[in-house]
Amino acid sequence: MTSGQRRLSAAATAAIVVALSAACGGTNTTPPAGDGTATASQAAGAELSGQVKADGSSTVAPLTSAAAEFFAEEQPKINVTVGTSGTGGGFEKFCNGETDISDASRPIKDEEKAACEAKGVKFSELTVATDALTVVVNKDNTWAKCLTTAQLKKMWEPAADGKITTWKQVDAKFPDEPLKLFGAGTDSGTFDYFTDEINGEEGASRKDYSPSEDDNVTVQGVSGSKGGLGYFGFTYFEENADKLKAVEIDSGDGCVAPSVAAAQDGTYTPLARPLFIYPSAAITKKPEGVAFLDFYVGNISKIATDAKFIPLNPEQEAKLKSDYAALKTQG
Amino acid sequence: MAVLSTPRSAVQLASKGRPVREHLFRIALIASLGIAFVFLAALLSYVLVEGWPRIDSRLWENMPSVRNPDIAGAQSAITGTLWVISLTAVLTLPTGIAAAIYLEEYADKTRWWNRVIELNIQNLAAIPSIVYGILGLGIIARTFGLGFSVITASMTLGLLVLPIVIIASREAIRAVPPSIREGSLALGATQWQTISRQVLPASIPGIATGSILALSRAIGEAAPLLMLGAVSFIRFNPDGVFASYTVLPIQIFNWISQSREGFHVLASAAIVILLLILLLMNSVAIWLRNRYQKRW
Repeated sequence: MTSGQRRLSAAATAAIVVALSAACGGTNTTPPAGDGTATASQAAGAELSGQVKADGSSTVAPLTSAAAEFFAEEQPKINVTVGTSGTGGGFEKFCNGETDISDASRPIKDEEKAACEAKGVKFSELTVATDALTVVVNKDNTWAKCLTTAQLKKMWEPAADGKITTWKQVDAKFPDEPLKLFGAGTDSGTFDYFTDEINGEEGASRKDYSPSEDDNVTVQGVSGSKGGLGYFGFTYFEENADKLKAVEIDSGDGCVAPSVAAAQDGTYTPLARPLFIYPSAAITKKPEGVAFLDFYVGNISKIATDAKFIPLNPEQEAKLKSDYAALKTQG
Repeated sequence: MAVLSTPRSAVQLASKGRPVREHLFRIALIASLGIAFVFLAALLSYVLVEGWPRIDSRLWENMPSVRNPDIAGAQSAITGTLWVISLTAVLTLPTGIAAAIYLEEYADKTRWWNRVIELNIQNLAAIPSIVYGILGLGIIARTFGLGFSVITASMTLGLLVLPIVIIASREAIRAVPPSIREGSLALGATQWQTISRQVLPASIPGIATGSILALSRAIGEAAPLLMLGAVSFIRFNPDGVFASYTVLPIQIFNWISQSREGFHVLASAAIVILLLILLLMNSVAIWLRNRYQKRW
């Protein structure tokens, strides 16, 4: 059956190539269809070609995509693709040897490490940016300017399920406004991180809230109800600052508003988190992989700023560069 | 129009007898049609109004950009969709039509295994598409080792729409009057000659309509392709069946979940492009149907 299909697909390729080259005749950006999958090993030379496959966290994807986009101006023939399977889904493919770089919004877990080892996939961890998970409330919310982590836990812990339904139950000083919660979907690294930091256990959360992988849903939900509360990445808040209010977080040392500076100097605890990329050892040996990673690491602050991420502070950036240098010499 | 006018005048004649019930029934029918139509019109006008500022050449001449919605386009998604759908058609249509011919013309329906096949095909048509995604990931991408490529996507989408192609083709073949077959056989034609020269040409209109409906379903699928490594950011057109790819539904999904308003406009514009491709495919089906339609 497979050989039949392979023959069929060969015929199919020919047919489609003809059809497509006719269809795309007007645009000239299509590369010639005949040259097949380009091999990577055109050593040295100014222009490299080949492919680098990144996949993983949808939080980190805009950063890697921005890096790929800037990089295309330098090396237009290296095809960098970015997928968004989620942090967990990304590692699953990465450890199966199917991708070259895994984007992650949390560090790799032990069982994922084991899966990588089982398949002989070696990797290293690079911290490329910082995110500040931002808790947002409605514009008309006049009472919750600052919330303690204990109050957040009271709202989100599994025990709150069905019981904590108004703001007054969270704190007697708050009005008797219904509490409407919006949060990240359970597949995301954002959910893992938030539940870990606030509820004390990864994945433990009340169930009766509106989960969504699409942060626009949270924006609409919170901006549409006076007692609404939700959380997502800082970038998303900045884009929607006219519709929502960010809450200051008090983890014991006073109220701190989410901001670039607070996330960089480490005072925005516990919701500032590092974002990672995991390049495989195999890709750091290929010229196209080295070219892309050199560019990514070398221009990290420009890329992060442009993609509206919180750039690393100088110390972290120095660490990234030395980690990367070590990785290259090690290979 | 000629077909429509006969039943309508019959209804008008009958309605003189018991007008109230007739009118109520007719209102109910029009209302059912209206509901479907109003939703379609609402959706269409929404995406047109929302996407209008970006329905221009940038959309198909530029590659995606995460940095600036003004220079972002969907070229890689458009070519990816064309590749995947064309290859799906090439893989699925011959297989599906051949299966339909076998089941209608050769299979002995009194045998239990043929009845099991029939039942299975009908059940397969109702399986959620994400299940096909998992199947494609496990078998086509990993066991066959075809990876996350155009061919994996096409084979998986092919499996997804194959039952629809088979069912539609069988209906079309069954609609060819038995007298045509009998006449052909009586004149000395073999069974294969009868099928290839009489039955198949006569059933092309129905097969074409069914096939286009099946491909229209495939073109709008995002869920199984998310499993199969359709990427959300790629600045290259596919250059072969083993290339990485993305498709319009995934590009649309990706743009909708961006935070910047400009990307939402782009998503609507890309929806219009997807609808245009669909409309084009449907027009081809209608043209085929009219060109080959026969009356006995």
